[in-house]
Amino acid sequence: MTDLHKRTLSELAGGLEAGDFSSVELTQALLDRIGAHDETLNAFVTVTGDEALAAAERADAARAAGEGGALNGLPIVHKDIFCTEGVKTTCGSKMLDNFVSPYDATIVERMAAAGAVVLGKANMDEFAMGSSNETSFYGPVKNPWDLARSPGGSSGGSAAAVAARLAPAATATDTGGSIRQPAALTGTLGIKPTYGRVSRYGMIAFASSLDQAGVITRSAEDAARLLGVMAGFDERDSTSIDEPVPDYVGALGTSLDGLKVGVVRQHFDEGLDGDTGARTREAIAVLESLGAKAVEVDMPNIDLSVPTYYVVAPAECSSNLSRFDGVRFGYRAPDPEDLLDLYCRSRGEGFGDEVKRRIMTGTYVLSAGYYDAYYLKAQQVRHLIADDFKNAFEDVDVIAGPTTPTPAFRLGAKVDDPITMYLNDIYTIGANLGGFPALSVPCGFVKGLPVGLHLVGHHFDEATLLRCAHAYEQTTTWHTACPEAFE
Amino acid sequence: MSLDKDQVQQIATLARLKLSDDEYAESVEKLSRIVDFVDQLSQADTSGVVPMAHPLNVAQRLRPDVVTESNERNRYQENAAAVTDGLYLVPKVIE
Repeated sequence: MTDLHKRTLSELAGGLEAGDFSSVELTQALLDRIGAHDETLNAFVTVTGDEALAAAERADAARAAGEGGALNGLPIVHKDIFCTEGVKTTCGSKMLDNFVSPYDATIVERMAAAGAVVLGKANMDEFAMGSSNETSFYGPVKNPWDLARSPGGSSGGSAAAVAARLAPAATATDTGGSIRQPAALTGTLGIKPTYGRVSRYGMIAFASSLDQAGVITRSAEDAARLLGVMAGFDERDSTSIDEPVPDYVGALGTSLDGLKVGVVRQHFDEGLDGDTGARTREAIAVLESLGAKAVEVDMPNIDLSVPTYYVVAPAECSSNLSRFDGVRFGYRAPDPEDLLDLYCRSRGEGFGDEVKRRIMTGTYVLSAGYYDAYYLKAQQVRHLIADDFKNAFEDVDVIAGPTTPTPAFRLGAKVDDPITMYLNDIYTIGANLGGFPALSVPCGFVKGLPVGLHLVGHHFDEATLLRCAHAYEQTTTWHTACPEAFE
Repeated sequence: MSLDKDQVQQIATLARLKLSDDEYAESVEKLSRIVDFVDQLSQADTSGVVPMAHPLNVAQRLRPDVVTESNERNRYQENAAAVTDGLYLVPKVIE
């Protein structure tokens, strides 16, 4: 069994079921790959080898006894934003470098109960604030397709691990594009479900009206499998929505006949790289060849997504991150003079530049005299943008376009210019502002680098997005492409 | 520059962040660019538009006001920098 790492989660599930290999063999094979490649990629903050092998043994024993859940024995990686009991949970920050979580996030608990084996915790932009993984306290993750380039962010470690075949799947989170953008830039599939679809209990908060948990995989079927376990009501998350969870895997086979795909006029303007736009149009043509009907839709306010987001998200982050005070958990500055000095130095030394910048932006837009001009105004524009989507969804089932304006950029290229970095998420942010589910599926290459097709769906209609991506994958091979150095 | 050093100092104080002199210089420049960037929102006509606080426009769910958690103080305090007798320790607040 020298090719286990190349298989998708669904293929591995079949192999375990057939007894072709054990979960211990599979887990050891992937731990060996992580050992061989992660020094290069830096996709992991923590590798939990002993715990993984113990979990794999339990899964094998359960299978032998005719038991075991939907993910029994299948290895995954958790983004280091999810609390894992007894395991360091850093959120990519010096602030939490010493934090060992006393409890499991709901999705960690649910996936473990289904038999998943956790290989480790994935590197990420600090507190999920970044689009390149360069803001991580643990250093940038490298893109497996070109080690001089960024894998995107903030879920860069999750995306790189899946793309480099160090794990078949990884959890991730998305506040403005943090699942979909790295998925596009690494040739993987990433889905951000509807706001409230997946529990955020134990997921370290960034911007609470936008954050949502999802997965990065190498196929739509794998994402459907995992989402079926992760999704659903959780009373411990006050924003969790009590809606039934459909059979995502069962819905995959349905044809795309008559499906109406909206193509946003504003997403094909001068900001889009020509080749990336060409790949997107080719992908939409493939959907049409499968029976879908593409129509142009107009979203007059969508261009204001990024400035709206950069008021709302920092405002919420400045509030959420006030919990880091150097007293109850996290980094504490040495020898504080008084309580104020303890707070200010612990936060000044514990947070990195981008996180401090966003806290300050948020503090500014919420401060007396500026609240109406910025925060209130942004919440109004947010309504206009959400209405743009709602109007479009009166006529179409999904909205399709590019995930990113360009393929992966070079590490260091945008790190000194926050606005250029922020504009990376120009096509993905709208779905967060409106709470809509969205995914990115690999749709080809630009100069040897992968790009993604972005699909946005109606609230709680993840099934249609997965069905679209699955149908697309049945007639294309982009999602199976593996970076040469990691075959 | 839409923000000056005094304003950034005031923001950092409100946010409880101690910055170095170099960080101040950089923050004035970068925060000004961010503020200039988000200023384009002022062009949008939002008269009569209700601010959107929740993406699905639903009200926050409430639960009955009953105790649901067990006392895990000792376990939670394992992550604290300084505790004694179940209390978190900070520098002296009252002389």
